[in-house]
Amino acid sequence: MNNEELKARLGELLPAAVFEEGAEWVTMVIDPAAWKEFARQIRRDPGLEADYLFCVTCVDWKTHLTMVYHLTSTVHRHTLVVKAKLDRNDPEIVTVSDIWRTAEFHEREAYDLFGVKFKDHPDLRRLFMTDDWKGWPLRKDYEDSVNMIKL
Amino acid sequence: MDVDQQNKPAGTFPGEVHPTAGGGILVTKLDEVINWARSNSLWPLVFGTSCCAIEMMSTASAKYDWSRFGFEVARATPRQADVIIIAGTIVNKMAPVLKRLYDQMADPKYVIAMGACATSGGPFFYNTYSVVKGADHVIPVDVYIAGCPPRPEALLHALITLQEKIRGGGTREQIKIEKT
Repeated sequence: MNNEELKARLGELLPAAVFEEGAEWVTMVIDPAAWKEFARQIRRDPGLEADYLFCVTCVDWKTHLTMVYHLTSTVHRHTLVVKAKLDRNDPEIVTVSDIWRTAEFHEREAYDLFGVKFKDHPDLRRLFMTDDWKGWPLRKDYEDSVNMIKL
Repeated sequence: MDVDQQNKPAGTFPGEVHPTAGGGILVTKLDEVINWARSNSLWPLVFGTSCCAIEMMSTASAKYDWSRFGFEVARATPRQADVIIIAGTIVNKMAPVLKRLYDQMADPKYVIAMGACATSGGPFFYNTYSVVKGADHVIPVDVYIAGCPPRPEALLHALITLQEKIRGGGTREQIKIEKT
């Protein structure tokens, strides 16, 4: 599917989604509560078949966090980006590790560095940092008086 | 090393040969011969943690070919290596690994800190929770190289500087004292 067709189909599946313009890939912002069901749909929909989740990341905007999911289809060769805005004080979103297995480690990374809680994740532990680490290092307001020299 | 020898080109054999009938007599100091031999056969450890390692590989490749100066075979085990080139950023999690590799190397051993990260943390000096601010917090360093990453010529220059240090520095014990 080209970007226009992709956008039309995604709009049918989730009319509440807002599309962002000006990017190379179709980018949509969704409500975190709708993510799980929507993820199942785009994974299975015969026209979409977004079977490869190649990047899961998080952005700290100081006012809120944004989860960003990059998906592609190895069948149709189209790519889409799904974003979900989270509350910075209590960031929580449902896991998609049961839909795309790769998300298991990606979500652990986002948990480790941003403190996003993934509901129903099978093994939500720190990935890079030590188990007893305090805080979320990639947050903009992160302080570490031992290891960090502030500028 | 006397004045006469200092004027000779780098790498020249430290000693005099007095020709006699049927051969000759070699007059030299054992320490200097050992250092001369060591300086011309420095085996680097295969060790790289980021982009500096790419430059290091380039230096080892045919175009720059560090074998010309005696850094012949890069060894994949610290037990056979003489010099460790810290090519890249050392993060807190890597620091114990680096220390262990250094400890496993047989004496005499030498260390080159290649590039800004290994020297001081470089671009990761400020506002980073994970980077060691200079590899010399972990192990003693003989030669530092500036650059991000340094060009292969800079690495060659550092290796030649290390050779000069070994040749001029005398015994392993002297270098050890200097390190501590």
